[in-house]
Amino acid sequence: MIFSKIKVLRSHGKQYIPDLNDVTLTEEFRGRPVLTPTDDMSDVEAAATLCPTQALSVAPFTLDLGRCLFCGECALRAPKNIRFTNDYKLGSTSREALVVTPQTEKIEFHPENIRPEIPQLFSHALKLRQVSAGGDASVEMELNATGNVNFDFGRYGVEFTASPRHSDGVVITGPISKNMAEPLDICYKAIPDPKIVIVCGSEACSGGLFSESKAVDRSFIENNRVDLWLPGAPTHPMTFIDGVMNITGKKQR
Amino acid sequence: MNYYITDNTSTQSIALKDIPEVEYAALYEDLSERLKQEQYHIAHYFARPEQSRLMFYLILLDDEKHQIMVARFAMEYYDDIALPSLTALHPAVHPFEREIAELYNVEFGAMPWKKPLRFDENRRCRTSTIDTYPFYSIEGDSLHEVNVGPIHAGIIEPGAFRFTCNGENVLHLEIALGYQHRGVEDEFVATDNRLRQTLLSESIAGDSAIAHSSAFAMAVERLSNNKTSQRLQAERTIALELERMAMHIADTGALSMDVGYQLGQVACEALRTVTINTTQAWCGNRFGKGLIRPAGSNKPLTSEKIEMIRKNVEEVGRRYAEVSDDIKSSPTLLSRFEQCGIVPRTEMHRIGGVGMAARASGLGRDLRTSHPFAAYSTKLNHESITQHDGDVMARLMMRCQEVSQSVEYIKQLLATIDTTEAVPAPNYEQTLAPEHFAFGLVEGWRGEICHIAITNEEGKIDTYKVKEPSLHNWLALALAVRGEGISDFPICNKSFNLSYCGHDL
Ligand code: SF4
Repeated sequence: MIFSKIKVLRSHGKQYIPDLNDVTLTEEFRGRPVLTPTDDMSDVEAAATLCPTQALSVAPFTLDLGRCLFCGECALRAPKNIRFTNDYKLGSTSREALVVTPQTEKIEFHPENIRPEIPQLFSHALKLRQVSAGGDASVEMELNATGNVNFDFGRYGVEFTASPRHSDGVVITGPISKNMAEPLDICYKAIPDPKIVIVCGSEACSGGLFSESKAVDRSFIENNRVDLWLPGAPTHPMTFIDGVMNITGKKQR
Repeated sequence: MNYYITDNTSTQSIALKDIPEVEYAALYEDLSERLKQEQYHIAHYFARPEQSRLMFYLILLDDEKHQIMVARFAMEYYDDIALPSLTALHPAVHPFEREIAELYNVEFGAMPWKKPLRFDENRRCRTSTIDTYPFYSIEGDSLHEVNVGPIHAGIIEPGAFRFTCNGENVLHLEIALGYQHRGVEDEFVATDNRLRQTLLSESIAGDSAIAHSSAFAMAVERLSNNKTSQRLQAERTIALELERMAMHIADTGALSMDVGYQLGQVACEALRTVTINTTQAWCGNRFGKGLIRPAGSNKPLTSEKIEMIRKNVEEVGRRYAEVSDDIKSSPTLLSRFEQCGIVPRTEMHRIGGVGMAARASGLGRDLRTSHPFAAYSTKLNHESITQHDGDVMARLMMRCQEVSQSVEYIKQLLATIDTTEAVPAPNYEQTLAPEHFAFGLVEGWRGEICHIAITNEEGKIDTYKVKEPSLHNWLALALAVRGEGISDFPICNKSFNLSYCGHDL
């Protein structure tokens, strides 16, 4: 019995990422896109027609990461104009900053939008309550992964709680299904002030594929101030970690 | 009774007019008899409006003859008659009849548990809402109820669980779902953009993105009479097995966590990371989104990627086997997992359980064997793994054995890939046969996934139906916890790991 455990331990070795500020994802990962206008924009036009969430626009030439599902199809249609990099630092305090233009060299975090109480109170410990409201389980699994043995975000004091009463904010995933609109609201109200709101995943940012669905109710987003927008389909654990480190003042992009 | 008969290797769709239209009485008679035998089970049964009628479609699977049998019957839209309920005889039909009743107010005579299935936005009956779900309750001085959800304590999807307990023991659990309903089926129909439809299929259940998008691709390829190459089919099969590995390992970790077995938990977390990072290094997404596309692929394997995948799965397989050995040799773990959450084979059959959970109870539901598709029908000689005890341990051992089987399959299939053979780019423009019916039947890691697409006279998809294996297996979970201590609910739940969004659509 003990030998089988030693075996597992030995194979397991050391798994945690020593420095969460020094992570490079595989080249294949589709993160921040780079847009390059050309005289002939017909490829971009074709890509924009195909884009499943109207994230891509030709005039002006922009790509809205809050809508984008990172399928990469536009970059294949218009390789001269659109290229996805493996930059995972996609979060921002501003919804508008998620709209990539040809001038974008990084996603601006806009730290001036951070309410002063957030770094004051939460820089050492931030406990979050997660609410899935129509999320497809992939974003949820990535959020779970932030606390796993590899990422171990808990070492920075960021953890998920079982009760809203014990938390400092809410992380919303999914387009917000109508049937979850009320439970989400109740949960949010149960969190003591001051509290922060993080929307995680492009579906949560814009509704994604379900933005027009009758079964979705986005009023929570309209009625409440969102502190952090995190695109992705799903949001990579590193995107979440980077966003939360920035908003709590643990680092500056 | 007359059925249209086909199988899962067919590359064609079915003209609607070729699907025999039968009388409900004949269908009722036929199903009453057939469903008694394990050989048959229903892949899907749904209704849709066609002019002034409501047309019901039935897809019945014959596991022994490997056949897919399709029939339909009609009801005048304003007919006020009650159809005798099949649920009363065969609880396996329950979720289907519940859905039809919810959406179209069809009266099923003598149907037990006539309750809304998912509080669909299109439901006819508007009197009930999700927060007034009619939970079953048992009166008694010694009983109490425990309500959990819709929001749960972890980072998971929502669903409402109501336990009726006698002391510590669960007498009854009822699960009310629908919180995740996003209108997936409607969104398929609302667009003509095939890429958008593909992405929808990937987001039906994110943990089964590869399986659901494969089912979609198969349905669309049948509608456009598209024969995919052996290579593409092998690559899809590799992706499916990678998804199975990743989720089985994740669930092993989750079960370990719930019994305080931290070593197993962290080892599995790390191994799942390696597995999904392998998928990411192949296609750019840890869940395989972007990998499966109709008629082609954007991410054909290269020789470097083949080597990378082979190396990684071998390593994961080796280390995971050590964890599984450790579980088997730890009495404290066995005492938690064994004889807990039992669903006997007869019950599994009665309720129509599918997939891995059914196989853990000895019921061999596995489309890879009964209705082989992709490389399972050509390159692999798949033999289903089954267990017999139907307890948490059996479901865990299913995972342990299936992971090593997946490792072998992936290695075998990687060896068959000839990277010089061209793989076409995906095709989002293909025209679909008008007034046709096509299915996609795929064994995902949870079990049987069934997608149905029906086109109108212009060749546009005007009905899209999705069935997630969880539709059947949620009831298995409810039965599993009966008589167990309520504190064993978490491990029972994790041993199934069912999908909320796949159920709620
Ligand atoms: S990658 Fe984003 S912008 Fe490009 S087609 Fe896909 S969803 Fe649209």
